[in-house]
Amino acid sequence: MERVPILKIGTTLFVSIQIDLQDESVMRLQEDLAEELAATGARGVIIDITAVEIVDSFIGRMLAMIGSISRLFDAETVLVGMRPAVAITLTELGLSLRGVRTALNAEKGLALLNGSA
Amino acid sequence: MDVDNSQRRMAAYMRDHQDKVVDRWTELVVAGLRGRSSAAEVRRELEDLYSLVTRSMSGSDEPAAGEQAMGELRAALTELSRSRARNGFTPSETALGMFALKDAVYELVADSADLVPDYLAFSRVVDDLGLHTFETYAAAREQIIADQAEAMLELSTPVVRLWDGIIAVPLVGTLDSARTQLVMEKLLETLVATGADHAVLDITGVPTVDTEVAQHLLKTVSAARLLGAECIVSGIRPQVAQTIVSLGIEFGDIATKATLADALAHALRSTGQKVGPA
Repeated sequence: MERVPILKIGTTLFVSIQIDLQDESVMRLQEDLAEELAATGARGVIIDITAVEIVDSFIGRMLAMIGSISRLFDAETVLVGMRPAVAITLTELGLSLRGVRTALNAEKGLALLNGSA
Repeated sequence: MDVDNSQRRMAAYMRDHQDKVVDRWTELVVAGLRGRSSAAEVRRELEDLYSLVTRSMSGSDEPAAGEQAMGELRAALTELSRSRARNGFTPSETALGMFALKDAVYELVADSADLVPDYLAFSRVVDDLGLHTFETYAAAREQIIADQAEAMLELSTPVVRLWDGIIAVPLVGTLDSARTQLVMEKLLETLVATGADHAVLDITGVPTVDTEVAQHLLKTVSAARLLGAECIVSGIRPQVAQTIVSLGIEFGDIATKATLADALAHALRSTGQKVGPA
């Protein structure tokens, strides 16, 4: 199973998903991220999904859950770089990811975190 | 095999009187078209058709040749009715081209009683061909309508850049699922391409807003939100506002404005941009 690396930049955790997401790797990411948040006390999480072309309802729900978990650690989650096709799929699935903030790219996502901090 | 014999006899008879029949046929067809095609042009078309008709009717001598002629005849008729449909001829004008042949032949055989069974066999062939003409005419018209609908779909969904980071989608016409899909795709692609984070959906040109249209709008807005862009719905007319409220449609936390100008001002404010007198 491939693991998704988590990078710490200042008070922000940066996750860039560069692989085809499997259910297991998303669950592993969720665990890793929770541990990392607890260990570092980071205030924000940026998840870059520019390279993700396919999502299903499970992955959509896991992304929303990652947002809820981060909030428990008082960290804000920003999902960046979503592709139009992915957005349409999630909307059709009825997942609007209410608890997660979104931005067009990593730069805007960082600005969003810094602005709200 | 009486029918085959009758057809063959009729074919021989028609070949003998070719010039006379084609002349009369041309005359009838030209009169029916009311001067939209020249006599020489029509005659050329009809001569080809005529020889194909006689060849396909004498088919029982050599079935293969007859079938081939029938195939060619149908192809020629298909082509002819398609061009008629495209040039705006009415269905009767198109079908008349084939049925006039019956009149032209009838005038010749009317006096000779022994040709009646032969004429009836021939009449059945022409009826078949007339039906074929009509069918292809209808198919061609439907094709035209489908093409136009598609062209309209393409034309009616522009995405325009209003300001730095603000784009607008002026929606004109009814919003059905096919159009919503197209609008959504174009909007999202433009958001990604331009890096805009505000989009204005202007519904001034949408005649009625019912629950279905509202559903489509909400879908578009939430897809744009997933990309990180904020949507504003503008162009809500008084009647539309009343309908929305009486249908109990909830736009939730989506900003709605009366005019595109209001929406632009709102977007400028929230992006922190200012426009003032120069």
